[in-house]
Amino acid sequence: MANITVNPTRMELTRLKGKLRTAQRGHKLLKDKRDELMKQFLDTVREVRALRAEVEEELMTVHASFTVASALMSSEAMEQALLYPKQSVELTQTSRNIMSVNVPEYHFQTKTRSDADIYPYGFASTSGELDTAVDALGKVFQKMLKLAEIEKSAQLMAEEIEKTRRRVNALEYVMIPDTQEAIRYITMKLDENDRATTTRLMKVKDMLLREALEEQRHRDAAAMEQYQGQTS
Amino acid sequence: MAKTYQIAVIGDWESVMGFRALGLDTYPVTTVEEAKEKVRELAKTDCAVIYLTEQLAKDMEDVINHYKDELCPAIILIPGREGSLGIGRNNIQRSIERAVGADIL
Repeated sequence: MANITVNPTRMELTRLKGKLRTAQRGHKLLKDKRDELMKQFLDTVREVRALRAEVEEELMTVHASFTVASALMSSEAMEQALLYPKQSVELTQTSRNIMSVNVPEYHFQTKTRSDADIYPYGFASTSGELDTAVDALGKVFQKMLKLAEIEKSAQLMAEEIEKTRRRVNALEYVMIPDTQEAIRYITMKLDENDRATTTRLMKVKDMLLREALEEQRHRDAAAMEQYQGQTS
Repeated sequence: MAKTYQIAVIGDWESVMGFRALGLDTYPVTTVEEAKEKVRELAKTDCAVIYLTEQLAKDMEDVINHYKDELCPAIILIPGREGSLGIGRNNIQRSIERAVGADIL
């Protein structure tokens, strides 16, 4: 794990300390982001599950009524009845930002204003069951659109949470420990260098002292000899 | 005014015909290949929501996953006429697992 290829210099140490500070700050921020996203995500997911169950159930009843209708009518007549829609839906999409995730919001507008006016066929040639089915479908459709919105949001948020989680883990378990290790290595190395310099200086001083002492002794001995020569 | 988008419904004829009455764009398809082609085609145009029946979705996961992380289009699974296969519910479960790393609900 440890990255020992760093240069043990003071400049490198300063740089690494700056890097560590940034990493720790980023880690904290990303962690906060992840927690908040997770909270929102779980809320959304609960909503999706409830709504999906509802929509699926209602759609099944719609399919059932269509089945009844198609049993009562010939498939050609049915196709003809539904061939040209009277109503049209206009969907506009805006995006909302949840913790830097863009999620869609759908707004739709139907062309015909009244709900009773959605049947695209005359009532003479069709059975009443078809009316029921189309009516029920019209009701479930609003929920389906809401479902589309929140389900897509949940998917997008899941992706973002995954990404953020990875980043948090990478910072927490790789980046920050590695940098700390490198800083420790450099500090130790620099301290060791300091101690080496001190010892060396002490040694040199010692040697110089000894030399000076020796020299002094020589001079003393020489002076003594001279003195003895004069007196004798 | 913002741009208007389309809502598409892809599925077998019996499942999608009702949506036509609501003014949605329906694309009855019979094979999975056709459905895949249709989804790709619609994704390129301005189609915001694609409803896809689960009967088709079960064999075209690759295409669905491809569009999962994009804002547009949203591919939403709906039960077809034969009933729900639980794929839609499973997908929610899967996205939870993806986000949390474990199944917690």
